[in-house]
Amino acid sequence: MNISEKGFFAIKEMLYKIADDQLILGHRNSEWTGLGPVLEEDIAFSSMAQDKIGHSLAMYEILSQMGESDPDTIAFMRNDDQFHCCHLVEYPIGEYEFSLMRHFFFDMAEAIRFEMLANSTFEPLAMVARKIKGEIKYHTMHAQIWINQLGAATEESNLRMQKALNETFPLALGIFEPGTHEEILAEEGIFEGEKALQDKWLQLVTPILEKAGLQVPSISSITPSYGGRFGSHTPHLQPMLEEMTEVFRIDPSAEW
Amino acid sequence: MQNITYNETINENLKESILKALGEVMDPEIPNLSIVDLGIVTIIEATENGTYIELTPTFAGCPALRVIESNVMDKLMENGFTNPEVKTTFHTAWNSNRISEKGREVLKKHGLAPPPKEGLIELTVLSETPCPFCNSRNTTLKSPFGATLCRTMHYCNNCLQGFEGFKPVV
Repeated sequence: MNISEKGFFAIKEMLYKIADDQLILGHRNSEWTGLGPVLEEDIAFSSMAQDKIGHSLAMYEILSQMGESDPDTIAFMRNDDQFHCCHLVEYPIGEYEFSLMRHFFFDMAEAIRFEMLANSTFEPLAMVARKIKGEIKYHTMHAQIWINQLGAATEESNLRMQKALNETFPLALGIFEPGTHEEILAEEGIFEGEKALQDKWLQLVTPILEKAGLQVPSISSITPSYGGRFGSHTPHLQPMLEEMTEVFRIDPSAEW
Repeated sequence: MQNITYNETINENLKESILKALGEVMDPEIPNLSIVDLGIVTIIEATENGTYIELTPTFAGCPALRVIESNVMDKLMENGFTNPEVKTTFHTAWNSNRISEKGREVLKKHGLAPPPKEGLIELTVLSETPCPFCNSRNTTLKSPFGATLCRTMHYCNNCLQGFEGFKPVV
């Protein structure tokens, strides 16, 4: 199936939000390097950081081939209002249970998203999606191990995980903020849409959380944290970007 | 060799000599494991106009990619192949069954458990990864992540040693 001009425009919008999520969460994950509660967790979050930033590079490269700037310029030369990431990924790492719950919610969504994109009519993306979906399995496996263990370990661990769940849930729903071109993406077989993704995600995460002894709030009672996809962010993003891009901005033309 | 696409007009001698040259390019993180045995070479094309090699990443975020590309370029030039070109793409997705039998042996000698061939990424499979030192399946998965993106961490309950595994990827 041939993709229309409108379709290409819609693809760009979608790629920016996927890649920005990966880059920002990748950077946040890297903030656990050296600080993890146990060595294995330090390594796990550092590895996931590396994976996520690698995945964002693959997405920015597709954008670059579609006429956007080169990946480094896209990643390091924008201000917060030019980013399309959701609020969930912007928050500081917080307590460990916050980072774990965010990791669980985000990566379960990411795994389904790439399953869906593996069949996209936009082949350059489908190709990368087929690769990434295999790698993400290690992220979801890691998240589920800890949700299971800490959800039901002690009264304190259960309370802390429940509190983290309550805090992150509205932010997690912000992952699925609809874009402006959802219909075009669906019509042209590029991506089924954020609504379909959210439904699949909720069906997948709910039984896992319940089995771990955690309560999932009713979705109708929650106001999702929207705005990120359109450049409206929390106050946490800009300071993080300044830190992340500090070295690059000293001399953008430097050879590394 | 496994799963490499060649151009139709390539002759056997040229094929052998390119494979031999690429067989001398090692994974920067696992010395003795060649990129051919690792299974990341997907296309070899040699015509009178030049030599083209296509690679596929084991992991999208692998920092060794650029180093491998430049090592392949150096090796091709060193061996006098004309107009060498190297590219890494996702056209053929790498999976851990692309590692050759020889590659699996090299991993084991290096103390890294070869990825289970079933290719299933499930806790039950990873929890029984055979120990590369004593072959026991009485092992525990310590973490699905390790020192590099392609490794997991395990502990052998039989010979009481920690060991690493090479991640299965499908």
